[in-house]
Amino acid sequence: MADQPTWKEYPVAATIHEPGSATGQNTGDWRSERPVRKQELCDKCGICWIFCPDAALFMNEEGYYEVDLYHCKGCGICVRECGKNAIVMVEEGE
Amino acid sequence: MGERIGLEVSLAVSEAVKLARADAIAAYPITPQTHIVEELAQMVADDDLDAEFIMVESEHSAMSACCGTAAVGARTYTATSSQGLALMHEMLFIAAGLRLPICMTIANRALSAPLSIWGDQSDVMAERDCGWIQLFAETGQEAFDLTLCSFKIAEDKRVLTPTIVNIDGFTLSHVVEPFELESQEDVDAFLPAYEPQTILDPAHPVTIGPVGFPEIYTEIKKQQDMAVIGAYDVVLEVFAEFEKKFGRAYKPVESYRAEDADIIINIAGAVAGTARIAVDRMRDEGKKVGIVRPRLWRPYPFEDMRAAVKGAKGVAVVDRALSVGGPGGPIASELRSCLYPLAEKPVVLSFIAGLGGRDITIEDFYTMVRETEEVLETGYTDEYKMIGVRE
Repeated sequence: MADQPTWKEYPVAATIHEPGSATGQNTGDWRSERPVRKQELCDKCGICWIFCPDAALFMNEEGYYEVDLYHCKGCGICVRECGKNAIVMVEEGE
Repeated sequence: MGERIGLEVSLAVSEAVKLARADAIAAYPITPQTHIVEELAQMVADDDLDAEFIMVESEHSAMSACCGTAAVGARTYTATSSQGLALMHEMLFIAAGLRLPICMTIANRALSAPLSIWGDQSDVMAERDCGWIQLFAETGQEAFDLTLCSFKIAEDKRVLTPTIVNIDGFTLSHVVEPFELESQEDVDAFLPAYEPQTILDPAHPVTIGPVGFPEIYTEIKKQQDMAVIGAYDVVLEVFAEFEKKFGRAYKPVESYRAEDADIIINIAGAVAGTARIAVDRMRDEGKKVGIVRPRLWRPYPFEDMRAAVKGAKGVAVVDRALSVGGPGGPIASELRSCLYPLAEKPVVLSFIAGLGGRDITIEDFYTMVRETEEVLETGYTDEYKMIGVRE
């Protein structure tokens, strides 16, 4: 940690002045299960995208929602909310 | 010099907040609240004060709302006491950690149980380490004056730390005293409009209050501590400016007949007034006694306290709060820590008195001085003594 800023160098109260800087934080690294989409069942309704609390889903060029595994924490809300049962949780490492 | 009038101290504090042109006030209005926010609510309702008055459902919400208004750059004020302060506990640390310069008056009152809203200093002593700058007033005029000073101290760019002005519940908050209230013009000159530093503004987005990972939490706490320690110099500057403008002089620590005293009474708040009468009588009787009263409690004025008790044989510390199962009272503990590194230091005795609204009488001060004399002759017997308790 010796190469990190001293207390004098941080902004007051650690305020972050760069909007959206959390996108650089790997918040998906403690996930134990990951959501996997079954393309044949998905009708691109976007419910998963609406309900994801971490904005960890994004639309690909074909209009399907992909999981951003760098930020997905594996909470499973998308699986719970999907009306088509088009997403399943798969254990990490499988 | 301002006009001299008689006024309830709570209402005079409200007047100071109005003169300070507070932009936002959030408060819970029910017991143990004082007349301070009731009067401010009236001022806002009558268009005498151009402020947002946010009525909330609890003191936790009051301090949360204060954090919000301070974060958007509003000059923010609230008041509470006793259980109300206890309910704010979580948010006090957030306000300080986020460096939001909120100002608050605490009308110091006891904590339940047994159920009590009578005066003592248990409420603020339980929040000793919340990170706020803390001052104690002895008189109504001082409460008014320190309220004006508190905004200037808190908002200083070098400080940016919320500030508490303690006034003793009932002993100050509910009594009528003579006041010199200052003019709006003079207060405006002393306390210009608040210039916030970093605020929540959609045009310039920032994140206030991000996660403090273990890699940075220590550094941010160090930064906070250095700001509060550094606030000492700002307090001196503000007091000097206040004296220049309004003619009333304040110091971090007040001494009364203490220079050549063998025994010093160390007490914070309004009961120092009673101590003064006791000291005058004891002086007339040939006893060399004096008073040292910390006005500034955080940052703790180490050097002032060391200088103030230098040469004394004993210090009788009067605490209106008890650290249950601990070393007695918090003011005594702090003084002992402060003096510990010195080779020559007075004996420090901790007296607990005036709990839950019980009066501290002139005779009580005689008792404390007598007991201090006895300890000087025979040595310690107890960690602390409770004055007036029926055994």
